[in-house]
Amino acid sequence: MDFTLSKQHEMARSLFKEFAEKEVKPLAVEVDETEEFPRSTVEKMAKYGFLGIPVPKEYGGQGCDPLTYVMCVEELSKVCGTTGVIVSAHTSLCCDPIQTFGTEEQKQKYLVPLAKGEKLGAFGLTEPGAGTDAQGQQTKAVLDGDEYVINGSKIFITNGKEADVYVIFAVTGMIEKRGRMIKEITAFIVEKGTPGFSFGTKEKKMGIRGSSTYELIFTDCRVPKENMLGKPGQGFKIAMHTLDGGRIGIASQALGIAEGALERTIAYTKERKQFGKTIAAQQNTQFQLADMATKVEAAKLLVYKAAMAKATQKEYGFEAAQAKLYAAEVAMEVTTKAVQLHGGYGYTREYEVERMMRDAKITEIYEGTSEVQRMVISAALLK
Amino acid sequence: MKIVVCIKQVPDTKGGVQFNPDGTLNRAAMLTIMNPDDKSGLEAALRLKDQYGAEVTVITMGLPKAEDVLREALAMGADKAVLVTDRVLGGADTWATSQTLAGAIRNLEYDLIITGRQAIDGDTAQVGPQLSEHLNIPVISYAQNIKIDGDSVIVERQFDDRYHVLKAKMPCLITALAELNEPRYMTPGGIFDACKADITVWGRANLVDTEDSNLGLKGSPTQIAKASDKVRKGKGEKVNLDPVESVDYIVGKLKEKHVI
Repeated sequence: MDFTLSKQHEMARSLFKEFAEKEVKPLAVEVDETEEFPRSTVEKMAKYGFLGIPVPKEYGGQGCDPLTYVMCVEELSKVCGTTGVIVSAHTSLCCDPIQTFGTEEQKQKYLVPLAKGEKLGAFGLTEPGAGTDAQGQQTKAVLDGDEYVINGSKIFITNGKEADVYVIFAVTGMIEKRGRMIKEITAFIVEKGTPGFSFGTKEKKMGIRGSSTYELIFTDCRVPKENMLGKPGQGFKIAMHTLDGGRIGIASQALGIAEGALERTIAYTKERKQFGKTIAAQQNTQFQLADMATKVEAAKLLVYKAAMAKATQKEYGFEAAQAKLYAAEVAMEVTTKAVQLHGGYGYTREYEVERMMRDAKITEIYEGTSEVQRMVISAALLK
Repeated sequence: MKIVVCIKQVPDTKGGVQFNPDGTLNRAAMLTIMNPDDKSGLEAALRLKDQYGAEVTVITMGLPKAEDVLREALAMGADKAVLVTDRVLGGADTWATSQTLAGAIRNLEYDLIITGRQAIDGDTAQVGPQLSEHLNIPVISYAQNIKIDGDSVIVERQFDDRYHVLKAKMPCLITALAELNEPRYMTPGGIFDACKADITVWGRANLVDTEDSNLGLKGSPTQIAKASDKVRKGKGEKVNLDPVESVDYIVGKLKEKHVI
């Protein structure tokens, strides 16, 4: 087993690192303070192909592998968790399901501009009464002639108002499964500007405050039936498959946040003096840093392993769940310790670890909470 | 249009300079980058390619690992890459380097050759102009803006307090300043393609019309006596004088140093 990165991955990492340092980091504080979506950064990322990294070239993408995409989200998140999740939601939750389940026409119409970064993507599954429990969906789609009429709402949608293309899930009927009636869920591609599709309130969040998190409202929203993604009733499968990939993206975001907090803490502890010596010279600090770095490295190995699994295996939900569970919990632990090692300064907005701790929390919640990841992992163990 | 861009892999001085015990640079211990002026030269070539259509070939002389900067150039958008590497070329000063590059470039078709003004490891600014002499083509150095006008280039050549606008018929050579532009990033897909791309590797045998006596350490008139890290400037001297005395004092100092 060889843990060294290939030449192209080394080069890709240096590209993402340089871009993150020069283009993203200078805006991170402002993006957090103002809760403004970093549109100019997204445009720059589009120009350099960051919005279509794992998409094949014939569909406007960069033709790279999931590991390259993971390293992009990781490096962006080291300096700005908001920017990391914008890329993750766009790529994993919108490009990927269209690439995997879309027809050739849908790929040409939607995937190509998404991968080129001409359009931004989002994904709408969560509802007020349906987060972890996808069967709790209330949004309905009813076929009327050549169109589906969608009614309902989706909440907590990343890239909410900023996106152009949305993959939306709705109930299209009831079907019998193992002797009981369950909701038939179907996926649709909905474009911004479709009559009947509007936005509700913007969420005021603890972290990743520059990401545009909105409620999506569908009121007699008519979508051509050719915008159905996959087959009728395939929605649940599409959602679960998509989230397996999405979890690798969020795991990368969590990993990046943890690495960013560790880097800043190492630098700070070498500067900050107490009792006549730097706090890095105190054994408590040394042991804390050792634990933080070891967990970050373990998280990285799980995240990269999941990325490799996505590249080589048909099913990678188990690896994705382990990577997300561990990386998210490491991100929370490492950022909390980072704040602690910064002392009072760490609790102020003057130091970035304060933001990183707020940004880290969401990684334990969205795209499947840590509890859901444990359900996925244990179900695989016990089947 | 065919453009050849000369690039050099140089130590990344941001990471600190390392020396061997004999005072020469310990290149193996230092991170390397594409020389900043060369990168701007490459960006200028890529912009001409975007605007007018061109084939951009990057060329470097160096150790086999100099291939890294060629792949970076390909990932930014260059079309072809040539690595000139041979043990007999080692230890070259600017004269031997420009002779080597000229010998290699004689194999290539070109309308325009772009080099960086100077490399951050040697800071001589000699290779570009020397290369133009060997190839017997005009040179415009210190370019801060480049435009194509038919079969000519129009270049703003930076001067101390102004710039000159010069026009030259192609083929010609331009040396580029880092201030010329903001070089583009690589793209992820460009990186993947660049890592698969073939790089032409040439050695001594491929150099055209080149004398052995002009190559490598033996062909280098320059002898480096010693290299050292930057010496920090002292605190300087503070004086408290009235304006008239100040003028006399400054003029005296400048005369002392033979500045005036």
